[in-house]
Amino acid sequence: MPESVIELDGLEVRFGERPILKGLRASLSGRAIGLLGPNGAGKTTLIHALLGFHPPFQGTARVFGHDIRREIKQIRGLVGYMPENDCYIAGMSAIRMVRLMAELSGLAPRDALERAHEALFNVGLGEARYRAVETYSLGMKQLAKLAQAIVHGPKLLFLDEPTNGLDPPARQRMLQLIRDIRDNGDLRLILSSHLLRDVEECCEEVLILKGGRIVHYSNLEEERRANKKFLELEIYGGNGSFVEAVEKMGCECALSGRRLKVVLPESLEIRDLYRHAAEQQVQIRRLSYRRDSLEDIFLRAMEESEAG
Amino acid sequence: MSVFRNTYRPYTGDLTPTWSRFLILPRYAWQRVFSSKLLTAFFVACFLWPLGAAVIIYLHHNLRALDFLNLSALQLVLINTEFFLVVLTAQGTFAFLLTVFVGPGLISADLANNGLPLYLCRPFSRAEYVLGKMSVLAGLLSLVTWIPCLLLFLLQWSLARAEWFSEYWRIGPAILLGSWIWILVISLLSLALSAWVKWKLAAGALLMGVFFVTAGFGEAINSIFETDLGYVINIGELIKTVWAWLFGVPLQAKVPITSAWSALLGICAGCISLLARRVRAYEVAR
Repeated sequence: MPESVIELDGLEVRFGERPILKGLRASLSGRAIGLLGPNGAGKTTLIHALLGFHPPFQGTARVFGHDIRREIKQIRGLVGYMPENDCYIAGMSAIRMVRLMAELSGLAPRDALERAHEALFNVGLGEARYRAVETYSLGMKQLAKLAQAIVHGPKLLFLDEPTNGLDPPARQRMLQLIRDIRDNGDLRLILSSHLLRDVEECCEEVLILKGGRIVHYSNLEEERRANKKFLELEIYGGNGSFVEAVEKMGCECALSGRRLKVVLPESLEIRDLYRHAAEQQVQIRRLSYRRDSLEDIFLRAMEESEAG
Repeated sequence: MSVFRNTYRPYTGDLTPTWSRFLILPRYAWQRVFSSKLLTAFFVACFLWPLGAAVIIYLHHNLRALDFLNLSALQLVLINTEFFLVVLTAQGTFAFLLTVFVGPGLISADLANNGLPLYLCRPFSRAEYVLGKMSVLAGLLSLVTWIPCLLLFLLQWSLARAEWFSEYWRIGPAILLGSWIWILVISLLSLALSAWVKWKLAAGALLMGVFFVTAGFGEAINSIFETDLGYVINIGELIKTVWAWLFGVPLQAKVPITSAWSALLGICAGCISLLARRVRAYEVAR
């Protein structure tokens, strides 16, 4: 059984009378965990609650077994946090800011300076490290935030919308950096984003939130392994009897407009589909093999939450 | 410094003690303060008054120097309680001006740039943050107030006869306690204003305003209602009363000493409450 990184035990957070997180229960143990959800789903609030910024109204959560109600200082000693919004210490060069943050995390001044240089080189700000952070572009500020989050060598890294406001090349670079950090050492990371591609490219587990509730939890690795390959067809013509005929052949079908998803049993071949289509006077204009993407999982979770 | 690793690696070294981490903030802040030539010059100027006082004390005990300057000891001011109270009052004024320059930017800069989450996501509490920011001022103001005054007291003690100390021993503790009360009040006031007013210049002006406007308002209350109650909101008058009481100097008490202590405690409590409401990683919209 892998070590649990985060355990949510009926966690409820309220802002005044307004419930923001509603009785979250989950146990997350992946190396890279994605927090997905539409804006206002509670992703950032969950990270803030785990950092002790918002006290739980009910329930609790544990980070590496440390309770957020009682052991928040220990938790903060283990984590690094890259906030979502623009934040920096004014009037300081990046190297001084990152060094200050390392010292506040408990590193001795000499170690802090050495690691600040390393962290800034690591994120690609080596040449600009003596410039004041307020003179940085948005992309550079994001990288400086990442540098201060990793400078003290945390065991768990919270990344809140790390690709916010980045252009496509900068976004790719940021995601590559996150993957590099994930693959070096035994660091775990929690990536919060509303961008499915970001989570899909970096994470093994995903927790989908909506309206302060968990609407889906999925282990992407297992999902990818278990996910059956299916055919996606675009069909024209016919009177619906084609779908019935395909189902009678033993296929699992799902029709959405003109798109038909079909899982073929091993005994059948694609030519059988074409034969039935010809018999029913149905045109198959497109046929491709597919697997469920994170987008499919996400949309399904959203639909299920609305239906439920 | 050579950088030989360009990939992420965990930290395996020793950690500094948690209790000492608030002292990191003043170290960084002082470097910034003394990077300003104007502020450094003002800080140096703060020591001219104690230097003059030290010369007077020295002259009192050096007949040869007095002869050389054609002066007699009677022409010099007496070294007694009033002398030290005057020196402390002057140093207290310098301390206040220094606070006006340094204090307002301490928290407002972090708030204006959303810097607080960066501090508070570490094993570093809000109380330690405020303590660290207060230490910035406490360190500077100590160098301007009680340290030079206490050194003057020790100089006089070492040069004077034992009778002088037995008569004036109270000056030492009065300097220490009086200075710390002043440091506490103006530090908390400037930090509270810094936390609520994001613009540094406005916060500095407001700090001046708190002293002068409340003094004027207090005087207006006194003259309209023919009372002395207006002095309770005059911070200058409050600290003067407390210092006079600590030094044992007879003073026409405009404010009863218990009211002065209570008012100063109330001001400190109010500032702490303002700081507690403002110094948070994130504002919560309820």
